[in-house]
Amino acid sequence: MVNIPDNLSYSETHEWLLVEGNVATIGITDHAQNELGDIVYLEVKDPGTDVPTDGEFGIIESVKAASDLYLPVGGKVTEVNEAAVEDPAIINKDPYGDGWLAKVELADPGELEKLMDAAAYGAFIGE
Amino acid sequence: MSKTIKTPFYEKHIELGARMVEFAGFAMPVQYSGIVEEHRKVRETAGIFDLSHMGEFFVSGADAAYELDSLVTNNVSKLEVGEALYTPMCVEAGGIVDDLLVYRISNVEYMMVVNAANIEKDWKHVKKFLPKTVDVENRSLETALVAVQGPLAEPILEDALGARLNELEYYHHMYAELAETPVTLSRTGYTGEDGFEVYVDADIALPVWDELYDLTVEAGGVPVGLGARDTLRMEMKYCLYGNDIDETTTPYEAGIGWTVKLKKPIDFVGKKTLVKQKEVGVKRELVGFVMTDKGVPRPGYDVFSGAKEKKVGLVTSGGYGPSVDRNIGLAYVPTELTEIGTELHVEIREKRVAAEVCDTPFLKLLG
Repeated sequence: MVNIPDNLSYSETHEWLLVEGNVATIGITDHAQNELGDIVYLEVKDPGTDVPTDGEFGIIESVKAASDLYLPVGGKVTEVNEAAVEDPAIINKDPYGDGWLAKVELADPGELEKLMDAAAYGAFIGE
Repeated sequence: MSKTIKTPFYEKHIELGARMVEFAGFAMPVQYSGIVEEHRKVRETAGIFDLSHMGEFFVSGADAAYELDSLVTNNVSKLEVGEALYTPMCVEAGGIVDDLLVYRISNVEYMMVVNAANIEKDWKHVKKFLPKTVDVENRSLETALVAVQGPLAEPILEDALGARLNELEYYHHMYAELAETPVTLSRTGYTGEDGFEVYVDADIALPVWDELYDLTVEAGGVPVGLGARDTLRMEMKYCLYGNDIDETTTPYEAGIGWTVKLKKPIDFVGKKTLVKQKEVGVKRELVGFVMTDKGVPRPGYDVFSGAKEKKVGLVTSGGYGPSVDRNIGLAYVPTELTEIGTELHVEIREKRVAAEVCDTPFLKLLG
C-alpha cells in the first residue's frame, strides 16, 4: 500500500510539496521512490538558483536509471537536504520525512492551485 | 513484435510480486524486494535466480569436440566428461559473437549455454561453421535454468539432493535427481560467489524451482532478479555481452585473453586476427574504474583523460556497486591509461567527474 499523506500537495511528476507561508518543502512521493527502486545519487541545484515553473531542480538516480526532478511551481532554491545528498537511501526509507529534497521560496503561491490533493494523486497513480 | 516468452517460473515471479521486464524477448523478473537487498543477500547468504532465458544448444557426434574447437577460442578437446569451460566465440575479424559455457555431457555430446539475446544469431553462426557430420539441436526453449548463488548455496543444494557436494569442483557438473526430477547440476555462476546452476527440462521444471526456492528462503536467502544479477557480475568485472563485449571488441581487449588458446592444434574462427593482435598488442583494454568524485557512471558515457581535454574511451557498464558501496564502472581506454591509479574523467550530464582506474574484481576495494 502506497503512502499518500493528506496534508501535502502533489504533482503529476510525483513530487510532493509542503507549504508554509511562501516556502515549500519538496520531495518525491512514496510511489515514486518505490518505482525508482534503490536510490543511490541525488543532486539538487545550489541554494540561490531560480527555477522556472516545471523546470528541473535536480537529478535523482537509482541503481538502474537516472531521472530528472521537476519543480511544479516556479521559485528559488533556498535549502538543499545535504543529509539526503550524502545518504540517498533515506529517500527510500522516509520519502515524506528525513528524505525531503529541497526548500523553495515560491515566486507565485497562486500556482499551488494547479497541484493535486492526496485523493486526486491517489486516483492519478491508480491507487 | 513477436510475443513475449514466459519461462516455466513466470507465475511464481508474479506471485512473489516481482517487477517484470522484457529482456531479449522473455518476460523476466528485474527485481523482487529491491536490487541492493537482493545483491547483499547473495554475498551474505544465498539467492535463487530464474535464468531460463539462456540458450542451450546440444552438439553431438564423434567429431563434436574437434568441430567445437574450430568454432570457439578455448580448448574444448581438453574437457573431460563432467567438466565445463567458459569461452568466447569469434568472427573472422576477431570480434566476439558471444561468450558462452561449453559442458561435456558425455563422450560425444556437448552443451553450449549462450546468452538469451544471441540465441538466433548464435544458432546461425553455429549452423554456418559446424559441418553436417555433427548433430546440433537448439533446445533453448525446452530447457529451464535455475541458479542458487551465495555462501549458503552448497548446504541448500545438499539439502535438496540429500547428498554431499564438496567433491563437485568449480566448473564441474553432474547428473542428479532433485525433487524427483532429473537435472544437470554444475558448480558455476555469474556472481563471484560459490554457487550452482541447475538445468532441467522446462516441462518438468516447476518442482525443482519450488524445492530450491523453499530451501533458499529457509536459509535466509531471497529470489534475485536481473537487476542484482547485473550489479553482482559488474563487481566481479565479468563481461556482459552487448555492454562490455560485442563483435567490435576482441577477447584480448576485453581482458579475457586467457580463454584464447592459440596453441591448440585446431584453427578456429578468428584465429588469424587474434594471432596478429597478440603479436602487435592491443591498443585499448577494458578496465575497471571507481568514481573518486560524486556521480554515477552509466553505459555510453564518454571517458576523458586525467587532463580532461581528450576523449579517450567509453563506459560500457557502470553504476552503484552495493557490496563495495562505491560508484564503479568498466570502460575501454587506451593501453597507456590502464595502470591502476590512473586518473580519468567520466562525462556525466556535461560535467567531467573524476574517476580512477582500479584493481578488479572491485571487491578488492574493500581491502
